[in-house]
Amino acid sequence: MNTTIHLVYLACAVSFVIGLHWMNAPATARRGNQISAAGMALAILTTVVVLVRDHTVTLGAAVALVIGSAAGGLAGLLTARRVQMTAMPQLVSLFNAVGGGAAALIALGDRTASVFGVLDVAIGGVTFTGSLVAAGKLAGRIPGRPITVPFGRWLSAALTALAAALGVWFVADGGNQWLLGGVTLAALAGGLLLSLPIGGADMPVVISLLNAFTGTAVAMAGFVLDSTPLIIAGGLVGAAGAILTKLMADAMNRPISAIMAGGYGTGDAVAVATGSGSAAVREITADDAAIQLAYASKVVIVPGYGLAAAQAQHEAVALAEALTERGVEVTYAIHPVAGRMPGHMNVLLAEANAPYQQLKDLEESNPEFARTDVALIIGANDVTNPAARRPGNPVSGMPILDVDKARSVIVLKRSLGHGYAGIDNELYSDPKTAMLFADAKAGLGALLSGLHAYAD
Amino acid sequence: MSALLLADVTVFVLALLVGFEVISKVPATLHTPLMSGANAIHGVVLVGVMLLAATVTGIGGYVLLAVAAFCAAMNVAGGYVVTDRMLAMFRSRR
Repeated sequence: MNTTIHLVYLACAVSFVIGLHWMNAPATARRGNQISAAGMALAILTTVVVLVRDHTVTLGAAVALVIGSAAGGLAGLLTARRVQMTAMPQLVSLFNAVGGGAAALIALGDRTASVFGVLDVAIGGVTFTGSLVAAGKLAGRIPGRPITVPFGRWLSAALTALAAALGVWFVADGGNQWLLGGVTLAALAGGLLLSLPIGGADMPVVISLLNAFTGTAVAMAGFVLDSTPLIIAGGLVGAAGAILTKLMADAMNRPISAIMAGGYGTGDAVAVATGSGSAAVREITADDAAIQLAYASKVVIVPGYGLAAAQAQHEAVALAEALTERGVEVTYAIHPVAGRMPGHMNVLLAEANAPYQQLKDLEESNPEFARTDVALIIGANDVTNPAARRPGNPVSGMPILDVDKARSVIVLKRSLGHGYAGIDNELYSDPKTAMLFADAKAGLGALLSGLHAYAD
Repeated sequence: MSALLLADVTVFVLALLVGFEVISKVPATLHTPLMSGANAIHGVVLVGVMLLAATVTGIGGYVLLAVAAFCAAMNVAGGYVVTDRMLAMFRSRR
């Protein structure tokens, strides 16, 4: 019986590995997640069998377990199904927080004193508060700008030393739960210090890093309980999450160390009209912009965070369809980090049924701008800033979309407010750029009605 | 180091190596879903919480267990569903 259970757990671990591997490519990604989910269901079911067979669970514990899991499962299911596509990143962060919290609670509930328990509590605690802050920043409950804590670095170092000292004492002392509680408090405070100083733009990378942390905490919980599935799945996610964090940081052209140091960027580019440079900017009405689009032969739409925030993906696709019907060649140029998270924009546009062939990535789009009549930028900022080509500013070296190579540029944006990088976009003062100041949804609606009024 | 612990450490190190290798060149489009999918996998912590149920006693232990079970179940159920919703979008692109 024990052999069978071990082999079943092994099969579950294999399904996690295959699942993750299949998620590397769009064609197999969904199946990958499903096979991983099947493995997870099997692992949980097997554990139920083990518990029932062993008869070691008291009635009280069984009731607590069933009620807790049912309520948590239901809460997770409902929020995951109801959440808007735009709010998914913060939900992932929330799920990551509770995962880390659960891992920490395992070590707190288990009474054996081991170094793994200390590590579990420390890493899980940091992940719990760190991910909650990250989710709060993305949801706008906590200001997205970097919040620097006075002497934050010294405080972090002191907390680390305190946690290490208490941890050593806990192991040497043979399991005084108060000491482990002290480690927990230090870790919870450490999580706050980790995420608060980091700007909203870098949150995806932070969430990915904390995701890897949770994996490691779960593996430590596996050591505490001597449970192979936890060790394997935890180690797997810890390592895969670390690689993914690196890939994400590379896509944003930002070293992880710089991100973790914090203090970068202004966070959410909330509409604040800045006076600087506005005199040199040319404004355009929606009707004029619509006419310009209608008589173009090639239009490239550049969606950005503003489109995601206004949830204007359906309006953008409707405009593209109306233009296509008139014989205009329309494509979308999608920057790797456009929107809230890498890949976010593809998901939003696909949801609005934008044809797959029209979605072009950075490498495909850039050569096209030279023969583009109008580049229509919807709520994107830093990813179009020509300043990135020069050294010496916050966006230097970031790959950008060469929209300034197009014959004309229309920027649909709420204000001249700054993007994440917190600098002026030189594109806006370019003579061939016209600014259409509006919320993405309202602006696209106005363009559509302008199209029908003047160009039909 | 006991034989049991030695076996656990071996498994852990090998799992880390597999984790490093299993993620290769991923298109940026899949970064978010992949992170979400990995997030769901560490929901296996629910198995750990279930095993913990065999050792806890007393009202304090039961409360801790219920909270841990709530958190872990939320992680695993929500994680897989939200990942599936993200990935379902890729189907409609064709």
